[in-house]
Amino acid sequence: MSEVNYLQLITGVFVGLASGYLGAFMVLRRMALVGDALSHVALPGIALALVFNFNPFLGAFGTLFLGIVSIWLIENKTELSTEALVGLFFTFSLAVGILITPREDLLEALFGDISKISLTDTVLAVILSLAVIFVMRSIAKKFMLGTISPDLAKSAGVKVAAINFVFMFLVAGIVALGIKAVGTLLMGALVVIPAIASRNLTASLSSYTFASALIGLVSLVGGIILANTYQLPPGPIVVLASTAIFLVTLILKRD
Amino acid sequence: MSEQILKVDNLSVEFDGHRVLDGVSFSVKPGEVLAVVGPNGAGKSVMFRALLGLIPYSGDVDWQPGVNIGYVPQKLAIERALPLTVKEFLHFKSGDTDEKEILQALESVGIKTAVSNQSHLEHHILNRRLSMLSGGEFQRVLIAWSLLGNPDILLFDEPTAGVDIGGEETIYNLLRQLHDQRDLTIILISHDLNIVYKYANQVICLNQKIVCSGVPSQVLNSESLAALYGEEATVYHHPHAMHHE
Repeated sequence: MSEVNYLQLITGVFVGLASGYLGAFMVLRRMALVGDALSHVALPGIALALVFNFNPFLGAFGTLFLGIVSIWLIENKTELSTEALVGLFFTFSLAVGILITPREDLLEALFGDISKISLTDTVLAVILSLAVIFVMRSIAKKFMLGTISPDLAKSAGVKVAAINFVFMFLVAGIVALGIKAVGTLLMGALVVIPAIASRNLTASLSSYTFASALIGLVSLVGGIILANTYQLPPGPIVVLASTAIFLVTLILKRD
Repeated sequence: MSEQILKVDNLSVEFDGHRVLDGVSFSVKPGEVLAVVGPNGAGKSVMFRALLGLIPYSGDVDWQPGVNIGYVPQKLAIERALPLTVKEFLHFKSGDTDEKEILQALESVGIKTAVSNQSHLEHHILNRRLSMLSGGEFQRVLIAWSLLGNPDILLFDEPTAGVDIGGEETIYNLLRQLHDQRDLTIILISHDLNIVYKYANQVICLNQKIVCSGVPSQVLNSESLAALYGEEATVYHHPHAMHHE
């Protein structure tokens, strides 16, 4: 029996809240699978960090940020859809990542391992999670308007391209955070499942985003506790926990 | 210059080398209701987007300094399950504080908001999901949106798209009322010439270029309409069309 580690739980609370909250907006923007695919862009960064011995979070965030800036630039230049471009970067990065990740570390990079989390990781996770929530809250209105109609948003003075860029930056941050908890392959679940579960229950934007953040927290913390109790890998258990919550909301679904 | 709320000179728009608008010039005086008519693909919506600075263009678009523009785009597709209430949507434009202005705007578009009706209102409009409104209700909410911030001029792109026939007339009556009460200038795109006769005091016929312009009863004759909608209309040019009173 291993003990539940407080660092894991604290990380779980904040990363869960932030990924649930940001995921709510990603789902509205039809970016449900973008988070999933983008997480693979982190792999080469994690690999570099392992090879050169620096914090894998920084490596992940670095390549994610590079990937996102490239996507944003190409998108503005060619009018190819974000989705298609993410498809390109996703497979390219996965290929590079698999080649350069040391063989013995590949499993951890793909599936994450929150049990190995350090104090530095936790502090970083708390600060960044709060930053993601705070920045998203402050651009939420403009972002939503741009989602409903870019023309309507621009006519009301919203700088849609800039808001989208900030949003993608937040997505890179949250993906890098979530990877530590559930790994690159399962990160998508952290942003998508709480949001769609919440959507089953809510009618207004404020209740939808709040419930999504809360479900993110419960899935991550619940999953970590369960995994620790039964000595199972946390990543898959977190995903199973949030899926279970989704099934419950499906039964409780309004109208 | 100060006589005009909007002056457009030689406005052209190109998409991928294809000219969608070609040398469009016109002006709008305060208090006018200007209708823009033309076949599908004539560049009407493109012209609106250029006027609002949403797309790149060449030529001059001069708005009266300090003018406040309200815009209602053509038919917004709101996803059915979008978790967003009318109240939240209207707050996107007006910020968190001025609930009063929102209620006023809703009143203006014929949605009752009297204090005695507060609970009625809470349940029926403000707290309802945007995606669950009928076409007519949604259009009214969009018009209310455009009224927030007290605009001097409203731009409507097909204000009755998605509204059933009975509701269509009501929306236009509403626009006329707003025009009279708030002293608004209105530019609207419409496909319905009857509506244009009835509600507009100026009209532009647009088909990439301006084909005719002036007072609806004078310029909308069989000749100009053939030029606008007919098959062999591409080379028709009216030499005086651009210089109406």
